[in-house]
Amino acid sequence: MSYRAILIWLSLAVAGLFLASLLIGPSGIGPMEGLRALFTGEGAPGLVMRELRLPRALLGVGVGAALGLSGAAMQGFLRNPLAEPGLIGTSAGAALGAVIAIQTGLYAAFALALPFAALAGAGVAVALILALAGREGRALVLILAGIAVSALAGAATALVLNLAPSPYAAAEIVFWLMGSLADRSMTHVVLATPFLILGAVILLATGPGLDALSLGEDAAASMGVSLKRLRLQIVFGSALMVGAATAVAGAVGFVGLVVPHLLRHSLGARPSRLLPASALGGAAMLLAADIATRVIAPERDLKLGVLTAIVGAPFFLAMIRKMGRET
Amino acid sequence: MLQLENLTALRGQCPVVDTVSASIGPGELIGLIGPNGAGKTTLMRAALGLIAHQGDSSLARLDPMARARAAAWLPQAREIAWGLSVAELVALGRLPHGRDHGAQGAEAVAAALARMGLENYRARIATQLSGGEQARVLIARALAQQSPLILADEPIAGLDPAAQIETMEVFRAHADAGGAVLCSLHDLGLAARHCTRVWVMDRGRLVADGPPATVLSRALLADVFHIRAHFEDTAQGAVFQALSTLQR
Amino acid sequence: MRVVSMNLCTDQLALALADPGQIVSLSHFATDPGMSVHWKQAEEYPLNYGRAEEISILRPDLVLADTWSNPDTIRMLKTLGIRVEQLPPSTSLPEIRARITKMGALLGHPKRAAKMLADFNARLAAIKRPAKGLRAAVIGPSGYGYGPRTLEGQILALAGFDNVVSGPGLDFGGRLPLEDLVMDHPDLVIVGGSQGSMGTSRAQSVLDHPVLRDLPTQRGLRDARWTCGAPAMLGAVADLAALGRKIEQSKVSQ
Repeated sequence: MSYRAILIWLSLAVAGLFLASLLIGPSGIGPMEGLRALFTGEGAPGLVMRELRLPRALLGVGVGAALGLSGAAMQGFLRNPLAEPGLIGTSAGAALGAVIAIQTGLYAAFALALPFAALAGAGVAVALILALAGREGRALVLILAGIAVSALAGAATALVLNLAPSPYAAAEIVFWLMGSLADRSMTHVVLATPFLILGAVILLATGPGLDALSLGEDAAASMGVSLKRLRLQIVFGSALMVGAATAVAGAVGFVGLVVPHLLRHSLGARPSRLLPASALGGAAMLLAADIATRVIAPERDLKLGVLTAIVGAPFFLAMIRKMGRET
Repeated sequence: MLQLENLTALRGQCPVVDTVSASIGPGELIGLIGPNGAGKTTLMRAALGLIAHQGDSSLARLDPMARARAAAWLPQAREIAWGLSVAELVALGRLPHGRDHGAQGAEAVAAALARMGLENYRARIATQLSGGEQARVLIARALAQQSPLILADEPIAGLDPAAQIETMEVFRAHADAGGAVLCSLHDLGLAARHCTRVWVMDRGRLVADGPPATVLSRALLADVFHIRAHFEDTAQGAVFQALSTLQR
Repeated sequence: MRVVSMNLCTDQLALALADPGQIVSLSHFATDPGMSVHWKQAEEYPLNYGRAEEISILRPDLVLADTWSNPDTIRMLKTLGIRVEQLPPSTSLPEIRARITKMGALLGHPKRAAKMLADFNARLAAIKRPAKGLRAAVIGPSGYGYGPRTLEGQILALAGFDNVVSGPGLDFGGRLPLEDLVMDHPDLVIVGGSQGSMGTSRAQSVLDHPVLRDLPTQRGLRDARWTCGAPAMLGAVADLAALGRKIEQSKVSQ
């Protein structure tokens, strides 16, 4: 299949899943009734479609694209297929930022404080990883650095929540670690979208540089790629995307690992081609996972990250096994 | 094509490349020789402007894109991070020419593949090839860059004899077509046979610069390499054979 | 007799039934106006955080705890030779009545307890409920809906409302999707969870979701009286029943 054909198929999959996400929900609104209500906005079904299901589906697309795209970009930059926002602590850093913004009351005073703080947390986490493991991109160093950053950010998040006078601290910790799109509103969509778009523009522009980097830093630099600039693009682009995604949906893992890995098989390994394809693939995977949370156990508030981890962790193990055999 | 004036590169306080002045013109294939740690790699990286340096290099002065069109660089580490196809990998050499998807770019890639005998490898995955084949693919990438000057760091290390000779011949042809190549190597025999000129480095300094026959003298071989060798200009070209080491 | 209470709900009954001199310490929630009805009265006593060390040092004759109190703490106190009474939960009317009687006996004031019980029954009987048919839901942070076997569910039922959150598996409630709530459109949605000084959290932000604006929501209704199965909850029931009758009238006049 050609590159273009794959992109078209992925776009169709995203569109189909978006529609399914709009039409599937706990209350038995029929598909036609639901679509009509979406356009007219009348009555209780209109409210459900416009204020509950539409933001949820839109966030599914945005958050999924953010995770897929930033995963592909980080992998290209670190030349390592294990680099993933959830595994290397970017999402955990973003969650810490978001929790601090909420618990200090900054968020209540100023709505943009939430994405800004999450962005800052994600940015610090990415910068730390690049500093610790960036030059060589060796899998072991990367994963160990990721564990350290994740553990630190996770512990700090738990600490902030434990110190906060909230009886829901335990539930909050689960949300920030596992993510969910339940009961998000248009406010969240409006909050996240500008950051997601800006981050996507930055990351999609890194394609040629990441391609050249396949031949190593020296060769890339000799081909006119500014590594310093590329590094900044990766840090800012992924901080914007992962930060905004985590601020509204919590930390959802493994999307950025599974999607580029699958696409590499059908699309080839060229980083510049993987970027847009992974954004679409990530959106499709997240929408599918979010639909599954509603279909499998509608009453139980299944967390999104639980499903992506159940799919993603075996992939991760298989990849580690394969790498172990190759070296 | 390349002018170096008092080029110096430091590691800490210690000069790894020490006030090197030299130049390369069209048609030259220059063998950069010297013992391990003499500063060959550092000299080339400093000349390209990839590391901090003092003094002047005509290449390092260019902005990165213009420099990439003027000189291609083949690092010693033959790094291929992803399972790219051979054709994709070679096409990476077109990057400095901007969004050049047109006929010219495709032509350059095809020519580079043909030059390295890789026409039948186009769809093969580069990481699954043998070391020698990977080296050829990476050289093809540098050729596809179509820069007049090529700097190559030990491009023939680890290749079989036929591949070594073929590589030197590819470089020679590039020089004969009006380009130039600066290529570091340890095989003095190949340097003597194929290079139009050799630069000898020792402890960061450029200690000799000239045709192989005059540079590879008994005294220099003893001083710099601590070896004794046989050198003869035969009907089949220069023959150089290291014979024994000397007491240091 | 020196009594330490380490649970908010035993605090409430102890404050109402014991002699002031009997109480040595109360749980640290007792002074929180959002959770404790007798918070003002509680400020006169030292507070504890339910840890064995701080309680044992007070040398109490009796420690009042809940069935759900930390079992390690309870075991430790018993090992130290301190008498600990764990009171079973009091959610339903029989449970609440039994607890009042038991507390009276434990504190040595059975007559006071009997009077409290009589008042309780009288107040309960005097509440005028709306006619059957009004539906309501109590939702808390994270969109949690309270089922019939929670205190919130009891208060709804005693005030004459049908609980939207009911059915198999929902005895104690569960997450109530906002979508279901919108489609169901009950007569009253009691949005709570701002009890106590708990600061802000993401869980609470669900309660600010724009769709709730289109539902007949009541905020700030859930106060300290909703916390414990004790006589004070009847005040909440009475207020809610009065609200129910108002809703009933406005429905008729429409």
